[in-house]
Amino acid sequence: MKKNLLVKVILILLLTIACGFISYPNSRLNFKIGNLQIDKKFDLSLGLDLSGGSHLVFEADTSKLDASKKEQAIKSLRNVIEKRVNLFGVSESNVQTSNFEGKDRIIVELPGISDPKEATALIGQTAQLVFVEIQEGTPSATIAPTGLTGADLASSVVVFDQNSGRPSVSFEVVKESQSKFAEVTTKLIGKRMVILLDQAVVTDAIVQDTLSTNGQITGNFTVEEANEMSDLLNSGALPVPVKLVEERTVGATLGADSVAKSVKAGLIGLVMVMVFMVLTYGKYGIIADIALIIFGIITIAVYKLIPVTLTLPGIAGFLLSVGMAVDSNILIFERLKEEIKNRPMASALEISFGRAWDAIRDANVATLVTAFILANPLDWSFLHVSGPVRGFAITLALGIGISLFTGLVVSRNLLRLFTKNDNK
Amino acid sequence: MIISNQNMILWMRFRYIYFAISAVFLTVGIFSLFKWGLNLGIDFTGGVVTEYQLSSGEIKNEKYGVKSDEEINKIRENIKIQGAKELRFEVVGPSIGPELIKKTLYALGISATLILFWVAIQFKSIKFGISATLATLHDSLILIGGFSLLGHFMNVEIDFLFVTAVLTILSFSVHDTIVVYDRIREKQRKYDPVIGSDITKIANSALTETMVRSLNNSFTIIFMLLSLVLIGGDSVRWFAVALLIGTISGTYSSPFVAVPILVTWEELEKKLKK
Repeated sequence: MKKNLLVKVILILLLTIACGFISYPNSRLNFKIGNLQIDKKFDLSLGLDLSGGSHLVFEADTSKLDASKKEQAIKSLRNVIEKRVNLFGVSESNVQTSNFEGKDRIIVELPGISDPKEATALIGQTAQLVFVEIQEGTPSATIAPTGLTGADLASSVVVFDQNSGRPSVSFEVVKESQSKFAEVTTKLIGKRMVILLDQAVVTDAIVQDTLSTNGQITGNFTVEEANEMSDLLNSGALPVPVKLVEERTVGATLGADSVAKSVKAGLIGLVMVMVFMVLTYGKYGIIADIALIIFGIITIAVYKLIPVTLTLPGIAGFLLSVGMAVDSNILIFERLKEEIKNRPMASALEISFGRAWDAIRDANVATLVTAFILANPLDWSFLHVSGPVRGFAITLALGIGISLFTGLVVSRNLLRLFTKNDNK
Repeated sequence: MIISNQNMILWMRFRYIYFAISAVFLTVGIFSLFKWGLNLGIDFTGGVVTEYQLSSGEIKNEKYGVKSDEEINKIRENIKIQGAKELRFEVVGPSIGPELIKKTLYALGISATLILFWVAIQFKSIKFGISATLATLHDSLILIGGFSLLGHFMNVEIDFLFVTAVLTILSFSVHDTIVVYDRIREKQRKYDPVIGSDITKIANSALTETMVRSLNNSFTIIFMLLSLVLIGGDSVRWFAVALLIGTISGTYSSPFVAVPILVTWEELEKKLKK
């Protein structure tokens, strides 16, 4: 029993040290095992409200599309927007879709963007797919529009060439444009025709034949490249206009200011809680405080490992979970005060943990249920799929999980260790 | 008089006073809601909010209603012309608010129902579930009513963070109530000849034993929140105030709303059976 306890306390200590290493600001793991080079940086990822950046929500106008094409259209739309977002070169940008009561939205997050106005303009502009003719000449080639656009394409798919087995992209032309398509391609046989999407080259091909109802783009490309090309042609063929319905831009300085203030407030609050615990529960209060510090260290390490994107509401969720972590200890100590009147320390301790467990379990499960609904891990479209509510719920849920561990494992074993002499 | 010979405070003797106190707060809150409504921010109504810093260091805030794209660009240009630095720029379309409200109501509805069933199952009685949910509703109403008053008198706006606060209080309130209920459950399981099986006595004894824990626990949360209100900065101040109101109400409602409802219900049932 005694040996067992010592092992447990040492394990807790080791876990705390490991987490402490990860939690330490700017920590980095860099070592070599044989030929295996491990280099990992542990950083807290901060949300847009803390690090600064733009949160943009675009609404897609899918009213003119029938249901079967809608899904494909939204997928293409997302791909196009993702491409445009990548043009800004911001790291950790995020594009996601949401659907609520028939409204399709694209949510774009751009951390640390310097010119949000330009970003919203470029991302929100309706995709324009154009076919241009390259007129070779001296000293340089010139681009001339052919009059064909993405609107002339009905759809496109990736097909595999029967002879070579190579992927190629096949497309169909809409009925009304077939004569126009035939006219242009006849004129351009043997010449270069380039398809541009928002000024970027999608494909650069040489026209082989007159095309009217359909065509095929062949070349030396991989399956991924073919898929991408097909997506782009589809998005041009199904231009879904988008409208910016929400923009939230926070400057980096304001974000940094918020972080500094909340961290300061959190630390002062934490110190007050710790002092209160020592004043109220004496020796046990110190144990609760140690458990609380371990709670903090493990939590930050988990935030870094998952990683959890911290936002202001997320910090609030963390603070609330600190309250609940302390509550587990208070429940046990209050129980201990009662039980110790009737029995020796060791058994009073075990009974207190046993009895307090019912309350702790039922209360924390109730909170977890709420956190689960708010965090919406299954992405149910009728609930929040992004934003502050989710950030809050995730930190709250993690906090509860970790507080159960620190309350029931850490505090318990520390209490056993520190009350060992009370038995004799 | 108040303390019985079993060394417990006869809390339930004053239960109509607790109901009266709650009724006063609820009435004021609901009155304010009907009279002044809620001071909704752009998260609900749609619109534009800007915050920018002039080269002199002065920080300016501006708020507009729903604007067209050109008008929004003009507002942006205007900030640039003044040589000011954009600190915050938020545009919310008119369609966001209703969606936010609906999603939140769904979330509230689902979690309240799940919690009701969880409590009912764990305590093997639907009475526990419903009383706990009513106490939670009480806290939510007090919080929303309180912010209706704050909105009218101090121009505090309801934003997305407030929604988060209401949801937090939902879970805190139930958390706190379950701890008190747990003690009642324990006393019902283990028959104590001094207390007997009378629900009023059991409740009195359970409240006496859990009161210190409830207060101590709330103090720790209140410390954290007070610190946020005072030095946490503008962006979280009213959020912290909302949590503070909710925490105080949630602490009050466990012994003085959830338990009295349960006791009254049990007594009424007994009378009807007779």
